[in-house]
Amino acid sequence: MAESFKTLEYLAAKARLGAIIGTYHAKSGHPGGSLSAADIYTYLYFNEMNVKPEEPDWADRDRFVLSKGHCCPSLYAVLALKGYFDESELEKLRHVGAMLQGHPDMKTTPGIDMSSGSLGQGVSAACGMAFAGKLDNKDYRVYTVLGDGECEEGQVWEAAMFAAHNKLDNLVIFVDQNGLQIDGAVAEVCGIEPLDKKFESFGFEVEKIDGHSFEEIEKALNKAKTVKGKPFAILAKTVKGKGVSFMENEVGWHGKACNDEEFKIAKAELEAQIARLEAEI
Amino acid sequence: MAEVVCKATRESFGIALCEMAKTNKDIVVLDADLAAATKTSIFGKEYPERFKDCGIAEGNMMGVAAGLAAAGKIPVAASFAMFSTGRAYEQIRNSIAYPNLNVKIAGSHAGISTGEDGATHQCIEDIALMRTLPGMTVLCPADHYEMMEATKAAIKHQGPVYIRLGRLAIDSFNDPDTYKFELGKGITLHEGNDIAVIASGLVVNEARKAVNALESKGINARLINIHTIKPIDREIIIKAAKECGQIITVEEHNIIGGLADAVCEVTSSECPVKVTRIGVQDEFGFSGPAWELLEKFGFTETGIAKVIRETVKK
Repeated sequence: MAESFKTLEYLAAKARLGAIIGTYHAKSGHPGGSLSAADIYTYLYFNEMNVKPEEPDWADRDRFVLSKGHCCPSLYAVLALKGYFDESELEKLRHVGAMLQGHPDMKTTPGIDMSSGSLGQGVSAACGMAFAGKLDNKDYRVYTVLGDGECEEGQVWEAAMFAAHNKLDNLVIFVDQNGLQIDGAVAEVCGIEPLDKKFESFGFEVEKIDGHSFEEIEKALNKAKTVKGKPFAILAKTVKGKGVSFMENEVGWHGKACNDEEFKIAKAELEAQIARLEAEI
Repeated sequence: MAEVVCKATRESFGIALCEMAKTNKDIVVLDADLAAATKTSIFGKEYPERFKDCGIAEGNMMGVAAGLAAAGKIPVAASFAMFSTGRAYEQIRNSIAYPNLNVKIAGSHAGISTGEDGATHQCIEDIALMRTLPGMTVLCPADHYEMMEATKAAIKHQGPVYIRLGRLAIDSFNDPDTYKFELGKGITLHEGNDIAVIASGLVVNEARKAVNALESKGINARLINIHTIKPIDREIIIKAAKECGQIITVEEHNIIGGLADAVCEVTSSECPVKVTRIGVQDEFGFSGPAWELLEKFGFTETGIAKVIRETVKK
């Protein structure tokens, strides 16, 4: 059953809090991109993908590959909310012996369909899964999220050629366009625009959306299902650090965790959002 | 003794894949625009629906293979060893070995016997690269019959496997009626206690000829064929070290990181003996006809026999 957009907002706020809690306890990790992509993960797992959390390896499930693997803290939180594992795992993120590794590990974490973390590689694996679906005449779909900085990797474009050449219309690529990478703005480090024209010329059907609007995410994903013979790219404009005031659009929050003081503020902000949304549902 | 077949192991590999595919519907073969050379074209012709040319994009090919394996297929990803293990090393490391996915990686045109194409295409580091990856099985078969069986074993094995293929057509020496391939088990081809010669791949037959020729000159060398470089047969190496007292390794690979190191890793901790290493002496190759290069690098019967004689004398 589909969740209301309000409920999705609530779940996404909880996922953001999970990412902040996880990285705080780990004293490391990547909050910025975790927060920018949280709405996309939430929509996919709660309103789009055909999955069974009680049977993570179900052969006919839709698949998700987090190509920008470092942004897993909020994905882990979404998986916990969906029931793949207990929420208490989030606090153990990046600890010795933990289920939740610094980058997604399909061997240890139920719900993780592909290990990732080295940029550019997840999208190829997603192509392989989509290709397997075609070979087996299965109707499962494959979703992947890339970072915009990640699009500087040549392998992304090798994969894009493969996807279009093989008419992988069961593949949807999201690009989380928060505009920032470790060394600064993507446009300044090594610009990737015009990204829509790039994907179009590589043979994709492209949709540009606000990556924090569930309505637009839904519209784009519904459109993707109507496109035959072509892979689909959703370029989602997002805010890095979305939901925590002092992290928004700040390049410095790519790869560091909150200190005690910052954690208190971030937690309070997100808890306030959660309480407000809970009351509105 | 069965008839001698003169075939490049890349061709034997292609034939074996076809044989396996008859009953195993999960096999999917990928190539990166070298199908005619790696001989995956043999498979592609027979099973076009399960063959995919990924174009000249080895990194993506390895990722696609990982995705196929994650979805339950048994992908075989082939290119020249230089590109499958070199260009795509990190993709193999992070997308295949780390998640322990059931991908079979083939590297053809390995070693200096690639010949005229020269150093850029003569991969002498593939075994070193693949051997350092946790969970990776590394195979280096020596002739047609061994490659046929090794390919079948690789497909049956659950987990990532690297299999080294040669370009050059070489004579078979194994007898298919009695030959038995066992993953991780070396094969003693000649008994003797004067010295142990441990070889792998194309050079095994040359070492065999050298050892046979030396017998009439009073040198009884033990010859061991190591088709599985990882996991290596520790037992057969320790036994050889204890009974023969010294070892010569022979490989068409850099002496750093390949068979020589794999053998020394066993002997150094279990039974330290002198190990003389025949291999590429940490240098790049160059263009030339394959057999001329093999001769020049000391990988033929004459070169190997010379080292055995000199080492036994010392």
